[in-house]
Amino acid sequence: MNKQAISTGSEWSHALLQQYDQAIAEIAHEKYHLDTYPNQIEIVSAEQMMDAYASTGMPLNYPHWSFGKQFVNTEKNYKRGAMGLAYELVINSNPCISYLMEENTITIQALVIAHACYGHNSFFKNNYLFQTWTDADSIIDYLLFAKNYIAQCEQRYGLDEVEQLLDSCHALMNYGVDKYKRPPKMSIQKEQQRQREREEYLQSQVNHLWRTLPQKNEDTTAQTQTQFPSEPQENLLYFIEKNAPLLEPWQREIIRIVRKIAQYFYPQRQTKVMNEGWASFWHYTLLNTLYDQGKVSDGFMIEFLSSHTNVLFQPNFDSPYYSGINPYTLGFAIFSDIKRICQQPDAEDKRWFPDIVGGDWLTTLDFAMRNFKDESFIAQYLSPKVIRELKLFSVVDDDKETELYIAAIHDDQGYQYLRESLSDQYNASYYEPNIQVYNVNLRGDRSLTLRHYIHDRRPLGHTTQDMLKHLYRLWSFPVHLEEVNINGHIRHRHTCPLRQAQLQTH
Amino acid sequence: MSRIVDRRLNNKNKSAVNRQRFLRRFHKQIRKAISHAMPKRGITDTDQGETVNIPAKDLSEPSFKHGLGGKREMIYTGNKEFSTGDRIERPPPQGQGQGNASNQGESEDDFVFELSREEFLEFFFDDLELPNLVKTQLKKVEKFETQRAGYQKEGMPSNINIVRSMQKAYARRIALTAPYKKQLKQAEKQLQQLIEQGKEHSQAVLELKADIETLQRKIQAIPFIDTFDIRYNSFIRVPKPTTQAVMFCIMDVSGSMGQYEKDVAKRFFILLYLFLNKVYKKTQIIFIRHHTIAKEVDEEEFFHSRESGGTVVSSALKLMKTIIQDRFATDDWNIYVAQASDGDNWNNDSHICRNLLNQDIMPYVQYYAYIEITQHGHQSLWREYQILSHKYDNFAMQHIQVLADIYPVFRQLFQKKLH
Repeated sequence: MNKQAISTGSEWSHALLQQYDQAIAEIAHEKYHLDTYPNQIEIVSAEQMMDAYASTGMPLNYPHWSFGKQFVNTEKNYKRGAMGLAYELVINSNPCISYLMEENTITIQALVIAHACYGHNSFFKNNYLFQTWTDADSIIDYLLFAKNYIAQCEQRYGLDEVEQLLDSCHALMNYGVDKYKRPPKMSIQKEQQRQREREEYLQSQVNHLWRTLPQKNEDTTAQTQTQFPSEPQENLLYFIEKNAPLLEPWQREIIRIVRKIAQYFYPQRQTKVMNEGWASFWHYTLLNTLYDQGKVSDGFMIEFLSSHTNVLFQPNFDSPYYSGINPYTLGFAIFSDIKRICQQPDAEDKRWFPDIVGGDWLTTLDFAMRNFKDESFIAQYLSPKVIRELKLFSVVDDDKETELYIAAIHDDQGYQYLRESLSDQYNASYYEPNIQVYNVNLRGDRSLTLRHYIHDRRPLGHTTQDMLKHLYRLWSFPVHLEEVNINGHIRHRHTCPLRQAQLQTH
Repeated sequence: MSRIVDRRLNNKNKSAVNRQRFLRRFHKQIRKAISHAMPKRGITDTDQGETVNIPAKDLSEPSFKHGLGGKREMIYTGNKEFSTGDRIERPPPQGQGQGNASNQGESEDDFVFELSREEFLEFFFDDLELPNLVKTQLKKVEKFETQRAGYQKEGMPSNINIVRSMQKAYARRIALTAPYKKQLKQAEKQLQQLIEQGKEHSQAVLELKADIETLQRKIQAIPFIDTFDIRYNSFIRVPKPTTQAVMFCIMDVSGSMGQYEKDVAKRFFILLYLFLNKVYKKTQIIFIRHHTIAKEVDEEEFFHSRESGGTVVSSALKLMKTIIQDRFATDDWNIYVAQASDGDNWNNDSHICRNLLNQDIMPYVQYYAYIEITQHGHQSLWREYQILSHKYDNFAMQHIQVLADIYPVFRQLFQKKLH
């Protein structure tokens, strides 16, 4: 070893952080060609970390009781020692902000820098979902706008009014994203400028829609019912923002804010495995390269590997610690295996991945990172070897059968099945009920009808009535929710408010 | 190039506003929890936070979820003995530990968290409708003064006492160099003698010279100042000097005082206690309960045992008078009295009470507060006390029907102390 290790102790200092960051940046950029936003590394205390947790990781956010609940809960668990805090938190912004906890040792700080500032950062910048759906340049500005706007509303219309509206919006947050078209860019100046125009325009649109009612009323008895919207719409919040009859302009604006923030987080929900896998792959690769260059000591590596192993720990299904598949483990395994397939393919790989066998691993990995989300990434790259290593198997729970049965295990017949099935599991429409706006009764009682398109005969759960109350609060006229099976038959019908007759039977 | 920013010195209570929103939202539940907790707390430990339970269903944040039924498929890790086509007995619905649980909402455990002392008092005061100025005064933590308290061996560099440290260093140098200096003097004297005898070049002179040099080197090696010479100014925090107070809690425990009346009385006592605790360094509480005879008791017995029988208020006043005379020489103690009753008294006794108060008690007490907790009309005691309240500024009385009626009893007291 001809080079000196950067540090030997476990304490970190400002200067040491800088040296590590520089060393890691050099490898990441020069050797591995990672493309990143500039980094802003912020050292925070445990309390500040808990603050960040509470506001969904954002450096600023509007106030809401649910964030307070989250904070109280985190604080309680942390103080009791029931949970540790994450080593870091990283924000998809430009510059990319990463929070590092002050309690970390220098080894952990270096690990975190590699993981967040180069791993996550390059993912945020280059993955197509993030490129399409989020605006790293303006998110902080937008949050500032949202925070101020909501504060103004609270002053003008009262805390309770705003809180109730936000409650309802939060409940529907997952149904406030466009899945297929790109939202326009956000910017604080334009946002403020256009906010007033939009207010007026929107209201006039809504008025226009509903104004046609009385005049037509006289001769509509024979007219056929028109469908509105003409196509079912999956973005419930958007539909309500644009069409709810009685909302005030400021209420529409708040719905829009919640919608925008939901949209911003949408790619993160869809790339958990890839994002964590990518970041883990790179912290592992970058720090190992540092070691090969003699810049870190053996002690450093042992501490690093021990943390790395903890993060990637995957309990078995029958372990009390099992809580689903660890996205870090799965993602890391797949990315590492892609590299292996490129460098040391065996006969099996040649059958499964003929197009990447023997390719340049950096280019292949880069392509995989850019062009997929969890669902397609697994469908494309989950290899038999990873399936065998994780000993994956599939359990089917069908209420038509008296017992559960094993649909596939990690053997030759099962690989393809497991790959497809696991990929489905990461498909948003699989774990979230598919609910869309179906019709508005324009001519009659203005009621809103939603449809739940039943998949695999799974009905809606016990929260449905509460959710309808939230929808009713926003829509202000009766809300119906029909559960429709694959043949188009209505299986259940939920209504809010409950009619008198129904109330009596309850 | 990355920017590294140290944020640790920024304020860390970013979530305080969210916490406030949370408390505001669950105001009702928290108040309920607090009124449940009140009977369990002693008067003197009102000054702490409180653990609050909120049922999980009250704070759920719903979203659309799948219910039970239909067909679902899950991929698990770590297969051991299963092969394709195996059938397994369906686990019981609630014990779905295998990841299915996430589909079925959160567990129904209560949400438990700690209220801080400030938050607890805020809720406590809410019922009493205290004016804000009084609230802030009561919540304020006792003031301390920093006083010099001599010197100590450890401390911060900014507190180094230079004179004292130098003295120590000087003393140490004298002590440590003394033996060498003595030898040095002797050697120099001998040398002088030898030189005077004309033996400059003898062996003895050379040896002496070498000795002298060694000794001088040894003396120089003693450090000018050493770490254990350093003395730091020592500061201690002393509570602001205030005198002591004694608070008499007098309560009627005859059969007509029910749990509700006692609860109101307790809050009344607590409020006085909080006030005294702020103003005085030390507050002692004497509990006197009475029916036809009075008895000094501890807090537990004061609030929790019930007796029936008639009511003779003067018995309590007499006992208090004796206690004051025996134990609380009036020059050293500020005496406060809080009396709670349902107004029931043996008719001929009320007159005695007035005289007792007038002659033997009122001259010595700072403040006398009386509350009558009753839904019925006033009786003789109220009328006798009214005469007193006209005569004395520091005698306050109030008919309590709701909790918010308590504060006016103290209004004057608080005003006097705050302005």
